[in-house]
Order: sequence, then structure tokens, then C-alpha cells
Amino acid sequence: MTDRGAAPTLELKDLEVVYRVRGRDRQVVRGVSFTIAAGETYGLVGESGCGKSTTALAVVGYLASNGRIRGGSICVAGRDVVGLSNRALRHLRTNDVSMVYQNPAEALNPSIRIGEQVAEVFRVRGAGREEALERTLQALAKVQIADPGSVMARYPHQLSGGMQQRVVIAMALANDPGLLILDEPTTSLDATVEAEVLDLIQHLQAEFRTSVLFITHNLGVIAKMCERVGVLYAGRLVEEGPVSEVLKGPRHPYTVGLLRCVPRGGARKDRGRLDTIPGFLPSIDEELRACVFAPRCGLAQDICRATEPPLYQITEDHSSRCYFHERAQDLPRTTPPELGQPILVDRSKAPLLAVKELTKTFEQNGRRIHALEAVSAALWPGETLGLVGESGSGKTTFARAVLGLFAPTGGTVELDAHVLPPTLSRRTQADVRELQIVFQNPDSALNRRHAVRSILRRSLKKLAGISGAPAEERLLMLAGSVRLAERYLTVRPNQLSGGLKQRVAIARAFAGEPRLVVCDEPTSALDVSVQAAILNLLVDLQVQRWVAYLFISHDLGVVRYISDRIAVLYLGRLMEMGPAEVVFDGPHHPYTEALLSAVPTIDGGGRARIKLAGEIPSAAAPPTGCVFHTRCHRRIGAICDEKEPPLVEVGPGHLMRCHIPIEELRRLQAQPQEAAQVAGTKQPAA
Amino acid sequence: MLSVLVFAASQLLPGDIGRNVLGPFASPNDVKALDHQLGVDRPIYVQYGAWIGKLAHGNLGMSLEYKVPVASLLGPSLVNSLKLAAVAFVLVVPLSIVGGVFAALRRGHWLDRLITLTGLSLTAVPEFISAIVLILIFGLLLNWLPVTAASPADADAVTQIRYLILPGLALVMVLFGYIARMARAGTIEALESDYTRTAFLKGLDTATVIRRHVLRNSLLPTIAVIATQMGYLIGGLVVIEKLFNYNGIGQRIYTAALNKDFTMLQSGVLVVGIVYLTATLLADILYSLLNPRIRYAGVE
Ligand code: SF4
Ligand code: SF4
Repeated sequence: MTDRGAAPTLELKDLEVVYRVRGRDRQVVRGVSFTIAAGETYGLVGESGCGKSTTALAVVGYLASNGRIRGGSICVAGRDVVGLSNRALRHLRTNDVSMVYQNPAEALNPSIRIGEQVAEVFRVRGAGREEALERTLQALAKVQIADPGSVMARYPHQLSGGMQQRVVIAMALANDPGLLILDEPTTSLDATVEAEVLDLIQHLQAEFRTSVLFITHNLGVIAKMCERVGVLYAGRLVEEGPVSEVLKGPRHPYTVGLLRCVPRGGARKDRGRLDTIPGFLPSIDEELRACVFAPRCGLAQDICRATEPPLYQITEDHSSRCYFHERAQDLPRTTPPELGQPILVDRSKAPLLAVKELTKTFEQNGRRIHALEAVSAALWPGETLGLVGESGSGKTTFARAVLGLFAPTGGTVELDAHVLPPTLSRRTQADVRELQIVFQNPDSALNRRHAVRSILRRSLKKLAGISGAPAEERLLMLAGSVRLAERYLTVRPNQLSGGLKQRVAIARAFAGEPRLVVCDEPTSALDVSVQAAILNLLVDLQVQRWVAYLFISHDLGVVRYISDRIAVLYLGRLMEMGPAEVVFDGPHHPYTEALLSAVPTIDGGGRARIKLAGEIPSAAAPPTGCVFHTRCHRRIGAICDEKEPPLVEVGPGHLMRCHIPIEELRRLQAQPQEAAQVAGTKQPAA
Repeated sequence: MLSVLVFAASQLLPGDIGRNVLGPFASPNDVKALDHQLGVDRPIYVQYGAWIGKLAHGNLGMSLEYKVPVASLLGPSLVNSLKLAAVAFVLVVPLSIVGGVFAALRRGHWLDRLITLTGLSLTAVPEFISAIVLILIFGLLLNWLPVTAASPADADAVTQIRYLILPGLALVMVLFGYIARMARAGTIEALESDYTRTAFLKGLDTATVIRRHVLRNSLLPTIAVIATQMGYLIGGLVVIEKLFNYNGIGQRIYTAALNKDFTMLQSGVLVVGIVYLTATLLADILYSLLNPRIRYAGVE
């Protein structure tokens, strides 16, 4: 694919970008240089605030109004694009560079029909109205949108996220650009949809021979998509090289740290803590001299703090900006791997939480939505039940019904063998205290007008009934247990970083010694290093306090790490439930199998990807028989379409809902080739 | 049929009628009293029964003061008021939208500050003060415009409008701030959105992006604000009509209140209520027509 002979499509040389904040220039990109050859896919990784997106926006000339390129050059197809006139810049955007970013719903204009929006790209290049519409139809077909004609007549909000991103990609590729910039293009999508979109990008790239700058924080995506990768830290390119070399043999301590933070390769909480990167990304105000990573680096020596390390060439195209690049992989661990004590869950006793036949139907626009269909599950003290499934699977509905945020249509929730009233308002103070929640977005749980101290004091008063002098003591203990330094108690939540805010939210939930905490994507909005610290914290609290978690995450690596048991939901039904290692190692339910195969892994290879046909059907009209039959790659015939399989125990504590016997599944799944075939019969309309 | 629709819509629309009619400076007690007067604090079916009963007879009663049917007095007053409201509306909507959008495009520039500040301070000045200032400057000092709103009986349309400009301006001054602020905020939000970035990165020129992508979305919330302000516009008439000695419905209600002419007062308020509801309903319909997310809700 890559053509190194021709002139590079993109060449950055010593790019420096500054933002003017409160009258001073703050540098966000520090002398970044890299090149992307024709047809090559180059990955740029790093945590938020490292300058990835700024670099991309500099290339397309769309920096925020207080941003400015202070030095260096950006050459697109051999032409310097820094300081282009408006006209030339428009020409560049029309013909040479396109960009796709994270949230497709926002990238499309909500009040213009899809067809018109896409057609604009052709119109601006001089096509007539008819011709533009004709070519729009072709462009949408190219991104594998079934029935492009009807999609053109729709508005963006009438499409699913995956469809919207296809439309955005169609727009980006419409002008056949030499360079396509993808900024976290799949981060807001479900794993299965993400896999589809990534496949599509790969396919189109091969066809159009486009060079791609792929920006993401997800190392698994980098491994799947890119040939070379650059690691950015605090605006500095600290390591660069072929993807396989950098991910398997990183030569910069930051890269090493990043890779260690990600729960992968079957990492599990009982096998030890995740490693983290100590400290914080330097704030934009800080003056950075010498090695940008020195304040957080476990290998730092005096020289690192005195002079900036040069770029060491390790192999021909692998380089690292570290004096001690040879020892990078010996970076000492930040957190000791051992847990305080092993977690031994005793399931012979009565469960802490017993959910029986929980059902929820909503009325929406006159249609009944079956969000949850008779889901039963139990949870014992000290264990974590992971809930997985695509959006629309019912996992959030399940958690909310347990919490009493709305009344279920049927079924009961029992805590310690007594039936809880269906809604929060009718539950006793003790029930409320024992069932708590940690959200994805800590802001929603924290009152912005109060300082952290008063937020925690209120919770102690409300949940534990403690006030006055004893409260202060408890408050300090609480802050200590979530490792929140005392100096943060006096500030307001909006002055804290995402990770610190999440610690406050966790402290709040733990104020009343809860016995069950629902964790709804608690780390999804966080960077990997912060995520690792929060996961460690949750596990520590579990070991100390014997609390149980109901853990929702779309990140299967995270779920596997923290869960003892896993429940897989699809269209509001429990498809499979069992011990984490059994669910992950198989034999799996066909849906679980497809989900697992969709996740791009850092180690690459692994499972052949199973392509699910179409999108998750509407819960207003769930398919007959097995609800998964419209997309199932292992469908065995009419029985799947007509008869709903029962949930049966196929192994110790392992439940499954499929007509195929477990032994047959084991045999089928042992043959990797067959798994890759495209399956499914119906293509539901989006 | 229509009555049910208007009535039902009035129940669904947000906001407190009394508060809207009296404007933001009325005391809560006044609002309560007016709500009671309008009957909106009664159960819905009672309200509807009373309302439809009156309408069905087409009979608004006899004026206690003038001993003639209320309708014969209210009719012409209403027409006069609507004329004034129309002039104010035609002046304020383009003026404040252009001002707001312009301020947004020049964000941080001194022009933006000027527009924002002017709007804010005008909003804070009660209409009787701004009206008096207007009369002093344009009417008495410069002698450009007539200081009363009522034109001679045989005046043609142009003259009538000339007479209405000054009172209209007084209303404009109060509303300008609200609408311009909304237009500015909406435009800034649209300018900073991802879809605007998408449009620029397609290679479209600035004028096209603003026209096709920004304005379409930024003016939606503005329309909603204009709708809520219409009720106020009608309420604001009371003061303005009095000051400019204009025989509109506000003046009528005011006199009726002074003379304790209850049938007239009640019917006047009822008519104002109907006008208000209709205006809000129309604005609501317009809003949903322009917003595909509402128009296509539920169609998937
Ligand atoms: S140069 Fe020193 S401080 Fe910087 S990454 Fe290497 S060892 Fe760490
Ligand atoms: S029952 Fe049939 S359709 Fe359903 S998961 Fe099993 S094989 Fe697939």
C-alpha cells in the first residue's frame, strides 16, 4: 500500500503551535516532525491534551481563533500550507485534505437533509445540481449504505451513529483527497459498529490510495489500522516507529507506561493491579524544559531535568526521545502488583442482590419498547457482575431499575432477601444508602457550586447520618480511601481533572458504606492512565469493604479485568451469563463471540472478525424466535426464527440462550476460518 | 373544533399567562390576581366550560360604563392595537436578529460589546421611561415624528404608520435586548459547532457557510424567544397606549379598570388572552415546521 518513493503526502517539520491564553502564548505543539507517505496510514496516539487534535487542525488550517502556528512547516503534497490565503486554503480543503472527527451526530448539520449536505461537496467543486445528486448517490453507495436514495432524503437524527459516520466518511472521501485525517472516528460508536467502520475505512483506503492520519487514544485501533505510529506527549513526539515495533518493543518510558495501563491479554483483578503513570500531564501554563516526561518518569536522572534528550534513532525508522531508551522497558512499576488480600466470593450463602424476572416496557410515540425482558441475576457480596452489550441492549435500563430510578413493568429486586419498593422515593433510607451509583460523567453527580468538602459532608449527612465533628474525621478517611489529597477538599469540582472528579464521585457513593455500587461506564471518559488508577481504586475498595459492583462498560478489556461474572444482554434479553473467564474463553454464545471478535486488540491477530449483519433491530418490534436470528452468523435454520431458545445452564454457573448445544458451539468455535463468513439474512432498515 | 384546538394548545404551552401578559417587572401578587382574573388558576374543565360558554353566544356582555355591547367597543380597539403591535414587530424582528447575528460574527470586537451592552441596558429601562425619552427627542426636540399615536381620522396608511413609529419604537427598545441576545447566543453556538467546521472543511466560503449552515440552526431558538415575547408585546401595550394616548385595547382595559367596568375589563382580558394564545401557537407551529427534529419525531 505504501509508496515511499513518491513525495510524501504530508510532511510536518518542527511544527510549533501556540494558543494565546490570558495574554500569553502557551505552547501546545512542540517541534513535531513526521511524514506520511502516499497510501500510508500513520497513527498518532497520546492522552487528551497532548496536542493530537491541534496538530490535525493546524494541517487543515482550522485552529481556534486564539491559536497560531509559531514555527515550522506543514507540506501537503509538497506544498507548504502555513499562512495560505483564504482562497488557497479553500482550494486545499476542497481538493487535497479531508477530516472526520469523533461525534458524527454533531459533524452533520441537523437541519439539512443528508443528500443536500453531501452534494455540497460536489457543488463546491463545480458540479451542477443534478450531477451533484447523482454523485452523492454513488458516494453513499461506496460507503456501503443500503438504499442510499432514501438515506439522502433523511435528516441526520434519523440515522444511527454508525450510519451517520458512514455519511461523514462519504463526504470526506467524495473529493478523492490525498490525505484523510481521522480524529477518533470510532470512539463514540459501539464495538461492533466501530469494527464495521474500521473495515470500511481500510477497504476505501486501499481503493482510493489515500494517505491517512489516524488520531486515537485507543492502542488497539492503532494496531489494527496503522503501519507507523507516533506517540505524542505534552506536544512532543516522544517515540515513532512501525506499529508492531512500538507496541511490542516500546523504547520510551511514556509508551511503556501507556501500554501497561491498558487491561489486556486476559488481565484480571485477582491477578494483580494495573500499572499507572504517576502525576499529571503538565498544565498548559507550565514551562517545560529538558525532557517533557521527566516529572512523571520512573527512570529520570539529573540529565533528564537539565537538557532535552535528542531523538535517538533505534532502527532505520524507529526513534525515541529518551536518554535511556534501551532501558525503557525496565521502567519500575508505579503501583505494586499485589492486592491486599484475595477476593473469595462465597456463593453458597444467600446473594446480596437478587433480581427476578425484571421487565420494562416503555411507551414511545405510541409504540411499546421492550427494553428489558424477564432478566434475572444475582450478586454476592464482594463480587462484580459485568454487563455488556451494544447500546440498546438494555444494560443501562437494568441498572437503573435496580437503583429504583424508575419502576419496572414486572419483576422484583431483592436486597438481602427483602423485596425493594420499585422506585427510589418509596425506598427506605437504609436501602438508598446501600445501593449507590457512579456515573460516566462525574459532573452529573457533583454540585458545581459547592466545594468538594461540602459535597462530601452532605453525603455523609444524608447517607450515613453523620454530622458535626465526627463527620470531619470520616470525611478525611473517605478522602484518604479514594486517594484524594486534602488540598483538593477546598476546591470546586470544575477545577478538578476528570480523574479527580471521578474520585470525588466515588467517595460520595461510598460515604454511607454501600453494599452495592452500580458503575455506569465510570472510566469511559477518562484517559487510559487515569482509567487504570480508577480501576485499581475500585478493586481496592472492593477488597477492603466487600462491596459488590454492577459494572457497565463497552470496553470489554475493562469488563474482563474487573468482573467475576459477566452478563451479556441483547435487545433486553439475557443471552449469556457466567464466570468471566468462561464467557471470555468460550465456548461463547454466538452474540458474545461476535462482540469479542469486534474488539481490536493491541496484540493484534487473535480472533477472525465476525461481521454482524445490519444493525441492532428496534426494541419496538423485536424479531421472532431467537431475537438474535436476524444477525446471527451461526443460525441453524427455521427453529431460530420461530422458537425463542430457553436460558439453560450449560456449565457450572454458566447460562446460555441458544438452540445450538454447547458441545457443538465448542466444536464450531474451534474452527477459526468458518467464523469469518458474513452471515445474516435480513438487512433491517436503519 | 378550533376552540378546542386553541384551548388545548394553550394548556400545553409553557409559561404563566399572567406573568407573560404583565411582563417581567410585575409583582407576583399582580400576576396571581391576573391569573385569577383570567381564570387560569381554575381546573381545566371549568375554564374551558366558562370560556366556550361565552364564546358560543358571541356575547361578551354589555359595558357597565357605556351601556353598549362590549364587542362594539373592543373590536376597533383590538384592530388599533394589532396595528401598533404589527409595526413594532416589523421593526424589532429584523433589527434585533441582524444586530445579534452581527454581534456574534464580530465576537469580542467593540461592535459586539456595543450591541450587547445597548441591548442589555435597554431591557433594563421600563418602557414608560424609554417612551418619554423618545417623545422628548424625536417628537419635541427634533420634531420629526408626531407625539401621539392616533392619526387623524381620514389618514392614509403611510400617515398611520408614521404616527405609529414612535410608540412602536418604544416597544422595540424593550424587546431588542432579549431577541438580539438570543440571536447572538444561537449564532455563536452554531459557529462553534462541529457541523460548521465540517462545512468550512468542505471548502465552502464563509458567506455560504453562514447562510446555509449557521443561520438555519442559530435562529431556531430565537424564534422561540420571539414567541414568548409576543405575549409581553401585547401586555406592554397598556403603558405605551396610555402614554401616546392611543385608542387600543390596552387603553380600553386601563380605562375599564379605572371605571370599574367589569364586563369590559373581563372581556378585554379574555380577548388579550386569546390573541396571546394564538400568537404563541402560531410561533410554535412555525418553530416545529423549521425544526426537522420535531417535525419528524418518531419517524424512524
Ligand atoms: S529522558 Fe529521562 S525523563 Fe525523559 S523519558 Fe527518558 S528517562 Fe524519562
Ligand atoms: S438460537 Fe439460533 S439465531 Fe439464536 S443465537 Fe443460537 S444459533 Fe443464533
